[in-house]
Amino acid sequence: MAINSDQDIVLARQKGRAMAAELGFLSGDATLIATAISELARNIVTYAGKGHITLKGIQNSSHVGILVVASDHGPGIPDIPQALRDGFSTSGSLGLGLPGVRRLMDEFEITSQPSRGTTVAVKKWKQ
Amino acid sequence: MEVPILKQGEVLIATFQAALSDADLNQLRSGLVRQVVKFRSRGVIVDVTAMDVMDSFASRTLREIAQMIRLRGAETVIVGIQPEVAFAMVQLGLTLEGVVTALDLEEGLNYLNKKFKTVN
Amino acid sequence: MIVGTLTVQRKENTLMAKRDGGQVSGIAPDDSGHNEASSELLRELVAHLRQNRTQLREEWVGRISETRLLTAMTKEEIFAEATSVYDSYVEALETETFEALQAYARNLSERIIPRGVETHEVVGIVLLLRDVLARSLFAKYQTDFKKLNRILDAYEPAANRIANTVAVGFVQERERVIRQQQEAIRELSTPVLQVRERLLILPIIGVIDPQRARQLTEQLLRGIRTNRAKVVVIDITGVAAMDVTVANHLVQTVEASRLLGATVIVTGLSPEIAQTLVTIGVDLGKMNTVGDLQGGIEQAERLLGYKVATLAEPT
Repeated sequence: MAINSDQDIVLARQKGRAMAAELGFLSGDATLIATAISELARNIVTYAGKGHITLKGIQNSSHVGILVVASDHGPGIPDIPQALRDGFSTSGSLGLGLPGVRRLMDEFEITSQPSRGTTVAVKKWKQ
Repeated sequence: MEVPILKQGEVLIATFQAALSDADLNQLRSGLVRQVVKFRSRGVIVDVTAMDVMDSFASRTLREIAQMIRLRGAETVIVGIQPEVAFAMVQLGLTLEGVVTALDLEEGLNYLNKKFKTVN
Repeated sequence: MIVGTLTVQRKENTLMAKRDGGQVSGIAPDDSGHNEASSELLRELVAHLRQNRTQLREEWVGRISETRLLTAMTKEEIFAEATSVYDSYVEALETETFEALQAYARNLSERIIPRGVETHEVVGIVLLLRDVLARSLFAKYQTDFKKLNRILDAYEPAANRIANTVAVGFVQERERVIRQQQEAIRELSTPVLQVRERLLILPIIGVIDPQRARQLTEQLLRGIRTNRAKVVVIDITGVAAMDVTVANHLVQTVEASRLLGATVIVTGLSPEIAQTLVTIGVDLGKMNTVGDLQGGIEQAERLLGYKVATLAEPT
């Protein structure tokens, strides 16, 4: 789904929660997933202006999960390790919130090219 | 989506709905501060019981509301954060530092009333 | 130019069922030219195993006790199970379907896991049976080497698949039991106690892993909400050691509780753990700590507005 405005952030996280519930996630996990989607969508709006989020149910040999991919053609992240560095309790930080998203989900993958864009793919597995 | 603001004595009560956009939150922030000035309120309660996601923007807005209202000489209490939402917030590192929180509306009012008494 | 890629993956303990693992020069099932011949060979094989059921079964049971497998079971039990396994085994060879065997393996595992039977024992006995049967085939066809080869070609893939089915069935059942036990232990080990109105106590004992820490936090947060608690005393006297991950969980629990309007008091923090926490950079200033549980409850009661009176020592 296209992420172009702050309204889309709300829509994206509602869809994410609905899909998580459909896949059988407990509501605590659905909240974590919806929150992560909200943050990823917000990064798109704030740093790239517009982009996309796709949601997909996935399955490995033993678990059902959800895959969230957030991609944009924005300025990119010059220093990924720094963007992921985590002052653990820096509350309300103005940063990208990526370390937080990483903690909310089980798997985290980021690819970024300066002035070409950023793609963040995160997964959460049902326990 | 407009956030209703209720006036109850010296306290203003704002109740959040689930699907608030950033624009709604910004509007609420300026609306609340305006009304605190207008009614000379001493306390503000922001009820977030219905919020099922509290991300960094919402969290930051709540802190800003509390700070701006303190500058007007009034006190803010955030009430009704759900257990699951609280868990997600701390995972994100959002702890609403420096902001008073209470379990629900009743607790929030109790807190403010006690506070008003000790000041008087 | 890609500036950087970073992948973080959760550790997965996944057991993959290898199908037809270790297959030696097997006849592919969809190889129609050989298919007919292979089925016929399997039929001959099955007839041989039926005919010599008593003797082969006894030989197998003998080998099992020789190798000291299934020591947790009596001779009679081993014999009874061996009979069932033998029959299911022959049936699986005959029908080339594994569902019945799979169900039997699960059922067997359910019965023997509580007796302490280990994975290597189950794998061991199935491999022994494979061995016993292969030897009997050698004996029967030793004069016709070509035929022996063809028979083994038909037998081995099926036998391997049977061994895999039983072993995987056992391991899956074992994992299920372990998961269930972990769940039960967790439930038991994180009681949220209400000692008086609006005051909860959470005594933590033993090892805290991330999963347990999460469950503990969720239980506590729900407890705060249902009991309308204002103060929580978390007692960690029973926690032997604390690494950075667990310490951060503790900090998160304290912070999340505060978001619900409850104050947390941490008690039983040993000087060693306190030292460790400071060294690894956990901000103890965010935590309200009191030496022992007694002191923690007293402080909690003060926060709740109760007066604490010390009872006179009995004389």
